[in-house]
Amino acid sequence: MSYIVADQLGKSFGAGAAAVHAVSGLNFRIAPGEFVAIMGESGAGKSTLLGMLGAMNAPTTGRLHVDGIDVYALNPDRLADFRREYLGFVFQSFHLIPYLSVIENVMLPLAVSRQGSPEKRRRAQEALAEVGLGGKAGRLPGEISGGEKERVAVARAIVNEPPVLLADEPTGNLDSGNSREIMRMFQRLNASGMTVIMVTHSAECSGYAGRVMRLSDGRLKTDRRTAVSALRRAS
Amino acid sequence: MTLKLISIRNLMRRKGKAAFILAGLVVGVATVVGIFTFVEATTHDIAHKLEQYGANILIVPKTENLSLSYGGLSLGGVSFDLEEIRESELARLATIPNHRNIAAVGPIVLGVASVESRRMLLAGVDFKAAEILKPWWRVGGRFPQDDEVLLGAEAARALGLETGQGLSVNGRNLVVSGRIELTGSQDDQLAFLTLATAQQLFAKSGKISMVEVAALCKDCPIEDMVRQIAAVLPGAKVMAIQQVVKSRMEALAQFQKFSYGISAVVLFIGGLVVLVTMMGSVRERTEEIGIFRAVGFRRSHIMQVVFLEAGIISALAGVFGYGLGWASAAAALALSGDGHSGPVAFAPALALGAVVLALVLGLVATVYPAQMASRLDPNEALRAL
Repeated sequence: MSYIVADQLGKSFGAGAAAVHAVSGLNFRIAPGEFVAIMGESGAGKSTLLGMLGAMNAPTTGRLHVDGIDVYALNPDRLADFRREYLGFVFQSFHLIPYLSVIENVMLPLAVSRQGSPEKRRRAQEALAEVGLGGKAGRLPGEISGGEKERVAVARAIVNEPPVLLADEPTGNLDSGNSREIMRMFQRLNASGMTVIMVTHSAECSGYAGRVMRLSDGRLKTDRRTAVSALRRAS
Repeated sequence: MTLKLISIRNLMRRKGKAAFILAGLVVGVATVVGIFTFVEATTHDIAHKLEQYGANILIVPKTENLSLSYGGLSLGGVSFDLEEIRESELARLATIPNHRNIAAVGPIVLGVASVESRRMLLAGVDFKAAEILKPWWRVGGRFPQDDEVLLGAEAARALGLETGQGLSVNGRNLVVSGRIELTGSQDDQLAFLTLATAQQLFAKSGKISMVEVAALCKDCPIEDMVRQIAAVLPGAKVMAIQQVVKSRMEALAQFQKFSYGISAVVLFIGGLVVLVTMMGSVRERTEEIGIFRAVGFRRSHIMQVVFLEAGIISALAGVFGYGLGWASAAAALALSGDGHSGPVAFAPALALGAVVLALVLGLVATVYPAQMASRLDPNEALRAL
């Protein structure tokens, strides 16, 4: 069963002869519970693809279906609801709100839900415990380390328990120890049934994924499962 | 975690910007409140003074023959030979519905007499009423008592009399009690006596020639007063001195228009301050808005956050603006030294109006920045970093 279906997905900037095709003709399917690493050189179209998968960057050609929903046929409000219900984002530069505490940052996706404050707080504390930051709920982002910020970003991404986690270079600003910690966290989430799609430059990080899609000049060059992956997953 | 909490936290973080918007709105609201309070107090004060500044209603016997020019105004007819108004009838003025608006009633007995071999016009007046009806009089000496006379400046000069000297009027010896400084009016030509002395001299006991009335008509149409007086004095002709009334009202209206015009300009500038600052704030928060959108905030949620911030600042500005405006008006009234007495009272309706005004101004000025924020493309917002 395919959960995410990309059908001739493409994105161009400009028009006519001057048009730049960031991504073109992408066809792939991702099953529920897969851990996919998207790799490629700079400018290969990785982030553009992630933006399209994240319902934030409308394609100029093709369609994207998630759980049977034609994502870009949704109106702006439903598209926002879709992001909140289906997707969790982890950004390379964390993108935490500096004036909100750690737990308030984690609760951010719940701010527009109808749950009561105690329920929101309980879920945020659970997410923080999941990433090992239960004791730093009251700190501000400026008072914690880079690795901890990344974990807060992960907690914020999973607090809504979305079926899909999207991560853009999640270890780009971290040392190797913190990078491994984040990757193991992703593996745990993936093992619990969450679909994880991660853009990365790191071959080591891609080894944690069960599937590696490699882009070049906006096109899908390779799409395969790796033996290394199996070893890392086993460990 | 709620949208309100996000707004409050953002305001706390960007205290400088919040204070700038607050200041812009406070100045606007305080100006309106200050001017409104000042204008209201001053209008009341001016109206009170203007109403006291001479008569604005004239009561004369009904006549079809002669005209009387008084103070440069054509006031209708009066004849010394016609049936005159009885002094006792004036008590009826206290029975009209708007009797509380009557500031002073000044009966006058007019007559021509032989003074030191000259024919001149004499007026018997009630000098207590004259203090209100003729506030421009500057008297050298004092108001006369019985058998005394107060001379107009020209009359004193023509007769060559000084205070304390005696004169003969229709064979009766009177003493000059004082002299009115030059007024530029008909009063300069006259000699003034007490009402009783004049009635004796002209054999008009209990009768009067005309009545001047000062009506406090800020809150009542002068025409109503005229109708009410005419109803209780059917034998008299009652007229409003329209020029006086109109000029009083026009002066007040001009003052109010000017003041409210200034208020509108200051409010407009206050609105621009909010607009420009909120737009700057939205631009600074591109990343933040991108994150909100990425985690599933709808456009309306983004607008709510921005409007909540503007609403909180605006409500505070309404409260502070009222306080500052009230204090400014009180200080201005105290400094103006125009005789306005007593403290400026707290006006709940005006306070509520100030808060509503601040909210309307702040929220209207925030419409465009809020729309701008809500339309930010999340992908562009996050990629622009």
